[in-house]
Amino acid sequence: MNSLPLLTLMMVVPVLGALVVAVLPAGSARLARPVALGASLLTLALAVAAWVAFDTGSDAVFQLTETHSWIPQFGVSYGLGVDGIALALIVMAAVLTPVCLLAAWNDVPAQETGSLKRYFALMLVLEAFMVGVFAATDVFLFYVFFEAMLIPVYFLIGLYGGPQRQYAAMKFLLFSLAGGLVMLVSVIAVYFAGPGGSDGFLVQNLMGNLDGSTGALRWMFVGFFVAFAVKAPMWPVHTWLPDAATESRPATAVLLVGVLDKVGTYGMIRFCLQLFPEASHWATPVVITLAVVSVVYGALLAIGQTDMMRLIAFTSVSHFGFIVLGIFAMTSVGGAGSTLYMVNHGFSTAGLFLVAGFLVARHGSKRIPDYGGWQRVTPVLAGTFLVAGLSSLALPGLSSFVSEFLVLQGTFMRYKVAAVIAALGIVLAALYVLLMYQRVMTGPKPAFVDGESPHDLSARERWVVAPIIVSFLVLGVFPKPVLDLVNPAVDKTLQIVGVTDPAPTEASGSAQ
Amino acid sequence: MHSLITEGDAMTAGAATGAASVAWLLVALPLLGAAILLLGGRRTDRFGPVLATGLSWGSFVVGAAVLVQMLGQDAGERAHHIALWSWVPAGSFDLDLGLLVDPLSLAFVLLVTFVGSLIHVYSLGYMEHDPDKRRFFAYLNLFVASMLLLVLADSYLLLFVGWEGVGLASYLLIGFWNWNPAFAAAANKAFFVNRVGDLGLSIAIMTMFVSFGGVDYATVNEGVGTAGQGTLVAIGLLLLVGATGKSAQFPLQSWLGDAMAGPTPVSALIHAATMVTAGVYLVVRSHVVYDAAPDAALAVAIVGAITLLFGAIVGCAKDDIKKALAASTMSQIGYMMLAAGLGPVGYAFAIFHLLTHGFFKAGMFLGAGSVMHGMDDQVNMRRFGGLSTAMRVTWATFGLGYLAIIGFPFLSGYWSKDAIIEAAFVGDGWRPWVLGGAAMLGAGVTAFYMSRLFFMTFHGERRWTEEVHPHESPLVMTVPMMVLALGSGLLGLLLAWPFSDEKPIVSWLAPVVGEHAEEHPVLPVWVITVTTLVLVAAGAFLAWQRYWREEVPEVAPRASALTRAARVDLYQDAVNEGLFMRPGVHLTRSLVFADAKGVDGAAGGLAALVGGVSSRLRRLQNGYARSYALTMLTGVVAVLGALWVIQ
Repeated sequence: MNSLPLLTLMMVVPVLGALVVAVLPAGSARLARPVALGASLLTLALAVAAWVAFDTGSDAVFQLTETHSWIPQFGVSYGLGVDGIALALIVMAAVLTPVCLLAAWNDVPAQETGSLKRYFALMLVLEAFMVGVFAATDVFLFYVFFEAMLIPVYFLIGLYGGPQRQYAAMKFLLFSLAGGLVMLVSVIAVYFAGPGGSDGFLVQNLMGNLDGSTGALRWMFVGFFVAFAVKAPMWPVHTWLPDAATESRPATAVLLVGVLDKVGTYGMIRFCLQLFPEASHWATPVVITLAVVSVVYGALLAIGQTDMMRLIAFTSVSHFGFIVLGIFAMTSVGGAGSTLYMVNHGFSTAGLFLVAGFLVARHGSKRIPDYGGWQRVTPVLAGTFLVAGLSSLALPGLSSFVSEFLVLQGTFMRYKVAAVIAALGIVLAALYVLLMYQRVMTGPKPAFVDGESPHDLSARERWVVAPIIVSFLVLGVFPKPVLDLVNPAVDKTLQIVGVTDPAPTEASGSAQ
Repeated sequence: MHSLITEGDAMTAGAATGAASVAWLLVALPLLGAAILLLGGRRTDRFGPVLATGLSWGSFVVGAAVLVQMLGQDAGERAHHIALWSWVPAGSFDLDLGLLVDPLSLAFVLLVTFVGSLIHVYSLGYMEHDPDKRRFFAYLNLFVASMLLLVLADSYLLLFVGWEGVGLASYLLIGFWNWNPAFAAAANKAFFVNRVGDLGLSIAIMTMFVSFGGVDYATVNEGVGTAGQGTLVAIGLLLLVGATGKSAQFPLQSWLGDAMAGPTPVSALIHAATMVTAGVYLVVRSHVVYDAAPDAALAVAIVGAITLLFGAIVGCAKDDIKKALAASTMSQIGYMMLAAGLGPVGYAFAIFHLLTHGFFKAGMFLGAGSVMHGMDDQVNMRRFGGLSTAMRVTWATFGLGYLAIIGFPFLSGYWSKDAIIEAAFVGDGWRPWVLGGAAMLGAGVTAFYMSRLFFMTFHGERRWTEEVHPHESPLVMTVPMMVLALGSGLLGLLLAWPFSDEKPIVSWLAPVVGEHAEEHPVLPVWVITVTTLVLVAAGAFLAWQRYWREEVPEVAPRASALTRAARVDLYQDAVNEGLFMRPGVHLTRSLVFADAKGVDGAAGGLAALVGGVSSRLRRLQNGYARSYALTMLTGVVAVLGALWVIQ
């Protein structure tokens, strides 16, 4: 095994960074920014090291594992480890955090020293928790991270958000709390259904080892699923997301929607499918239905929004519908597609939120009707906005196309009707993206009251969007590195669930 | 009709050698140009347009080299495959990225790079004073790269990348002057309508994978042999949906007229010569599917027949020169679709007409651009007239294109369209009469509307607005027009070469689309030819009477119900609006309302709870977060306690 506890280090580094930021003297509070960025870049380096150390050919369920006894009386261990899916998400989080920090550079004025330090410290703490939640192999540890994540997000929204931040932060908290409490019941129940013992919460020990009546296991499944559905967010428990997204700072919105919400869909694979295969089959019709509704509903709602950030949030409701669809289609194609989708969606949402944030920073309004003709004034900004939008509408050649196609293809292999309805999202996505682009960017050159037109993207802002756009292009034409990473984990999951892909219906040799 | 098929897919592609092995350069060169111009920013303003033009010609040179190589090979060895890299290895879906260079794709490569490069040159003059010239050339290069990817792809999924890539380029170029809200709306309309078609194509691809276990041409073509009719017809119809979107065929034709908002070179290249013919390419490339699913092929032919008449009727009533040409494009692609739907008798002719049309229609669009250039960007033909003396070169080159499209004997369109009309009269039962009749009638209407267009623009009284001073365009614009005019005149003859046993275009494509056995139309060939010529002459005569000899009113007069309908594109927008747009807007509005009031409220009554609690908590706000942390801690303690107790 690897000598360095990489996963732990990836939490320690941002936490240390947060501590350093927090204790900076008021006079040098400006240093909070470079220190935070440095810590996040170091974390990114560790993530890359973890990727290099990860062996895609290995048979082990988890790699880079670290297991220490924590509360043996209750079967709780400090267990970390990753499969390809978790690692892909951790790497994505590690890439997005420095990008977001850079985007958030001027969110808080430098003279508000305390506020500035707190802001960057909170983001780093959040990064540590994000790594933890994806790396936890102990169900209880997962739960702790799952709940702990809420705290920095609550403060990031509640302290630094827009005018309605209190309402939004609390709504976020109440929804998550409600979901978390339901899950807690299942967490406890899982322990008792499992083999127990001093490491009874470890996923490896629970997989395939749950003992209980079909009904009991189904209830446990539901407990987990509800929490994940709230987090993901799926229709009809999505309503916290638009408020949270529009009231938070763009960088926070990215971490919230792009990374944190993935805990929901990640959890569905790790806990719903892998721990409760029978219940997953049982629930599939309902879940598929909800997913398809989310896809179409989210897209329709996005079309109807007048607030840019809410619009982007609703596109995510639609995209999460796709991800859940692919997961519960239970095919190797859909599973790989969904996992890849989680990564790609992180970047494409980041692109949209951050570029929209650049606009808002210039014009002070999130309302789409307040814009128009901005392509004439800020052509580079408009170009990046369009590229981010094209990624959101899954333009072939960009990364999101591969994942969206795979999800639909994987779903089509089992549920043709669901796939066809979800495919309507292809048309609706074009509507919500390009109508927004039309309203914001096209039209005659706008007149500005003070006569001074806003400047185009600054060097810092270009550095923010560059890695995002690179990810669109690279993963669009060469998604193999990520797919190679996730394929074994997807196969393993399907093995646990006990399904194989349907064979081609008209393959040569099969009688007509 | 089936008896005509002699194994169309006999040719299997070998690994590429020689010039074909670097065919990826075809796509890479213009893509590089687009990247340099877009990323390089203003630094590239000065040399960018010329660089883009050079790279486009570079692609043509590669294409020409491949042509030379293929001509030196036996017909059966002309298909080359280039394996590039593993693209989507996802579980049981494992697709490699590769290119297929065969006679069919090469025909497109040559058309796209040659006409495309000429239009690059023309644009150097046409866009000379546009401040965003660099961006324009970047998009043109992006288009050429995408279009070449579309025709060179070795799988339906990679084709789809090119397919939407050209759609993007089209969107960007239609909206190139999107400071005009109407142009921005036109760009969106094109993208939206195309996405509806793309939905069909996507589902077709999914069906292929589910049925055959792969989406590359080789796997699909192999699987067709054993597949059931239901599957094949479904795939054929879904592909047709995709084709109708991209090629502006009924019922997804509504975007093309508005697409004329783009700069005229774009209309010539994308919305006349190349991109809009991608649907025809798709059908011909999928000929194995259609050969095995005659019902789907019939649907293709019917869509083509409807569209060729639809476009022709609309073309008769348009006063905007570009929109009249757009209607004509739609109609001519209808001919190609019809031919493609006829099966092995028609495939080669569909491509034949596509090639000749690429030349004469591009030439006429460039001519229209030249007219606009001289007439202060006016497009209303009622304010043209008598331009033949003011713009001799434009008149002459446009004139050749005009004579070619109406099928004037021995010019390009005569060979290719006549072949389609003849082929449409082949078959049993009602089909030859209906399809052949439509094709023949269309020829007459085409002669009428094209003559109308030509006479209103170049002949008769001068009806110019006061401030215009028409003048001939510079050489950089007229030379490409002359080259295209030459093609309008001679390309048909070359490809049809009446002195050989078999038309060269037919034998060129035979390795791809199958041998083309001679079949006899239900009428003697000379009857078809003569009747068509009589109809063409009648159409032209009628137009001469009304639009050259008689005075053309400067304002469109009140007209018959059919003309009024044709002026508004046979109510296509009203129908779309009533059926989709208004209900759609209503639906989203109600959902937005319901989401705020209903779903949010119903989600456990949490919203209401928040509303009530938050006002009280606003005062205790600092304490609230603490109390949450406390709650969580309590939760954790409770769990541990519970575990301990139960243990």
